[in-house]
Amino acid sequence: MEHGMSLPGDTLLEMQRRMLRIRHFDERASKMVKRGYIPGTVHTSIGQEAQVVGACMALRQGDHMTGNHRSHGHPIGMRSPLGPLMAELAGKATGVCKGKGGSLHLADYKVGSLGESGITGSSIPIALGAGLSAQVLGETRVALTFFGDGAANQGVLYESMNMASAWKLPVIFLCENNHYALSTPAHTVTGGRICDRGAGFGMPGTRVEDGQDVLAVHEVVAEAVARARAGEGPSLVEVMTYRFREHSEGLRINVDYRDADERSFWTSRDPILLFRKALIEAGKATAEQMDMIEAEILQEVEECVTFAMESPVPAREVAFADLYSDPYELEDVL
Amino acid sequence: MSLMTFIGAIGAAQQEAMAADPRVILIGEDVEANVYGTTGGSKQRAEQGDFVQQFGKLRIRNTPISEEAIVGAAIGAAMTGLRPIVDLSYSSFLYMAMDQFVNQAAKNRYMFGGQSRLPVLFRSAMFYGLNTGAHHSDRPYPMFMGVPGLKVIAPASARDAKGLMRAAIDSDDPVLSFEAVPLWGQKEEVEDGEFTIPLGVARTRREGSDVTLVAVSGSVPLAMQAAEEMAGRGVSCEVIDPRTLVPLDTKAIVRSVLKTGRLVVAEPAHRTCGAAAEIAAVVADEAMHALRAPIKRVCALNMQVPFSPALEGEIYPTKEGITAAIEAVCADQLDTRNRRVG
Repeated sequence: MEHGMSLPGDTLLEMQRRMLRIRHFDERASKMVKRGYIPGTVHTSIGQEAQVVGACMALRQGDHMTGNHRSHGHPIGMRSPLGPLMAELAGKATGVCKGKGGSLHLADYKVGSLGESGITGSSIPIALGAGLSAQVLGETRVALTFFGDGAANQGVLYESMNMASAWKLPVIFLCENNHYALSTPAHTVTGGRICDRGAGFGMPGTRVEDGQDVLAVHEVVAEAVARARAGEGPSLVEVMTYRFREHSEGLRINVDYRDADERSFWTSRDPILLFRKALIEAGKATAEQMDMIEAEILQEVEECVTFAMESPVPAREVAFADLYSDPYELEDVL
Repeated sequence: MSLMTFIGAIGAAQQEAMAADPRVILIGEDVEANVYGTTGGSKQRAEQGDFVQQFGKLRIRNTPISEEAIVGAAIGAAMTGLRPIVDLSYSSFLYMAMDQFVNQAAKNRYMFGGQSRLPVLFRSAMFYGLNTGAHHSDRPYPMFMGVPGLKVIAPASARDAKGLMRAAIDSDDPVLSFEAVPLWGQKEEVEDGEFTIPLGVARTRREGSDVTLVAVSGSVPLAMQAAEEMAGRGVSCEVIDPRTLVPLDTKAIVRSVLKTGRLVVAEPAHRTCGAAAEIAAVVADEAMHALRAPIKRVCALNMQVPFSPALEGEIYPTKEGITAAIEAVCADQLDTRNRRVG
C-alpha cells in the first residue's frame, strides 16, 4: 500500500471514512432486514468496500456512475447522504427515490449516481450514454459503470465496450469480480480473464489483483479516469474482491458453494482493517484517531437509521406520480 | 403550406428540431448516408446539404449494429443532457433492445422518484406488405403500449407525422414512433416551419353519424376508402385516427361512440391484445349502454407473415374487411334502408 500513501492525508482518511460508512450502513441494513424494518431483501457490499471506494474516489463532482444490484456502496462511495438512502431501503417518504426504488434501485442524481439496476448488466449502456452526452456537449466529465463478474457475460457489455471504443467515449467499465455470480463460481462460466477482453475492443484492460487494497484500486481507476478525461477513450478495469456475506440477506443456500479455506483467506483480508493498519504504520493517523473516525461514522449511521425509522411512509398519491413528465390522470386509477 | 410526403415530413421535423436545439442528436444504423430518406436535405433546401453537412458528425452518427447499446446509450444520454433521436430502422429490431426499453427507458423516471428526465425518441418503420418476410414485417406497437412509462405514436399522414414527431422530440419522456412504410409516399398539405401536434389528441378524419370507425396507422387510408364506399350506400361513418396510442385519446373515441352507437376498429397489428382490443375494452367499459351492435375488430391475423406476394396480403386488414365489419354492425340500418328502397 506504500505506493498510494503519497496522496494527501485528507484524501486517505476520507477513503477510510467512506469504507466505514458502507460497512456500518450495510451491517445495520442487514439487521433491519432481519427485524422486518426493511421489506424484501438487500445485497450488502461488505468485504468489497475498497473496490467501491477506490473507484468512486477517482471520480469528481459532475462525473456519472451507474451501479448494479449490490449497490448501496456506490452512492455512499459518491458521498450521498445516508439518511435518504436508508429511508429508501425502508420504503419511506423521505427515501432518495421517494420509496419507489428500494435497495435495488438507489439513485442520487445530486452526486452523479444515475441509478442501480436489478437487471444484471442493464445499467452498463446508461453510462455509455452519459459518456456520449459528455462528448457531444464538450464537457470533461466521465462515466463509470460498476458491474459484476456475472454481468461480464452479458452481451450488452460487449456492445457497449465496442461502441465506447469506436467513439472514444469517456467511460470506465469496472468489473467487480467477487468470484461468484450468486452461487456460480465465475471461473466455471467465464472463458479467459475478464480484463483481457479489453484488448479485443482496443482499450486497456487492467486487473487489480488485490481489490482489498483501496489504494491499488484507486491508482488503476484514476489512470483510467485520466485517460477518459483526456479524450483518449474508455478502459476496462477488473477488480478481484470477495463478498463476506451471503448473496442477499436472508438467503439460505444448503450447498456450501464457497470453500472454507477460500473464505478464510479473503475474510482475513478485510479492506478496512488492512487500510487502518497501513495508515497507522505510515504515520498518517494514530489508532486513537482511527477509533474516533469510526465512532463518528457509527454515530452517522445511527442517525440515518433513526431518520429512516421516524420517517413517514409515502402518501398514496406518490404511487401515481413520476411515471411521465406530465401528471398521470388520476381519474383512471381512483 | 407545402405538399409533403409522409417520409419527407419526418425528415423535415428532424431537421427543424436539430436546427432549433443543439442538444438534439440523431443516431442509428446508416443514418449518415440517408439510406431511408429522413436525414437528407429536402429538395427545397438542397443547398444546405444533408444532415452530416448541416450538423456535423458529432450530432449525427452511424452506430454499430448493436441495438441494446444504441437504445441504452440514448437513454443514458437523455438522462444526462441530450435529446436523442434514435433511428432503429425496422420495428422488428426493437426486440434486440427489449431490456433497455422495458427496464430502463420505461422505469427510470418512476423508480428513481422522478429524478430522471428521458427526452428521447425511438423511431422505427413497419415494413409490412412489402414482401420482406417475417423478420422485417412486424407491427409491434401493442407490446409497447403494455409498458407504462413509454409513450407511443403511430402517425398516419404527413402533417401528423411532422407535428407529432416534433412534439415527441420536445417531450421529456421516452416516445416510440411506429411508422407504417406503406404510408411513406402519402402526401398531404403541411404547414411550412415548426409546429407541434400534442400527444394524446385524436384526429377526426371524417365526421359521421351511423358508425365510429377507429383506424390506426396504415389502416387509416383503408378506413377512409371504406367510409367513402359506405357513404354511397347510405351509411355515415365517423373515422377517428387516435394518432397517439399512449396516451390514448379515449374521450374522443367514447364521445363518438355515444353519438353513433356503433364501433369498428381497424389496425395492422395482431388481433390478440392489440390497440383495437384496448379500444374495444375502453368502449365496453364506458359506453356499453350506447352500443346498438357488438364491437367489431379488423386486425391482422394471429399469424406470422409469409414472404410470397401471393400469401402476404391474406394476413392484414383490407378495405373489404373493414367494409364487411361496417355492414355487420350496421345490419339493422342497412336492412331498413333496403326495405325503404324496395
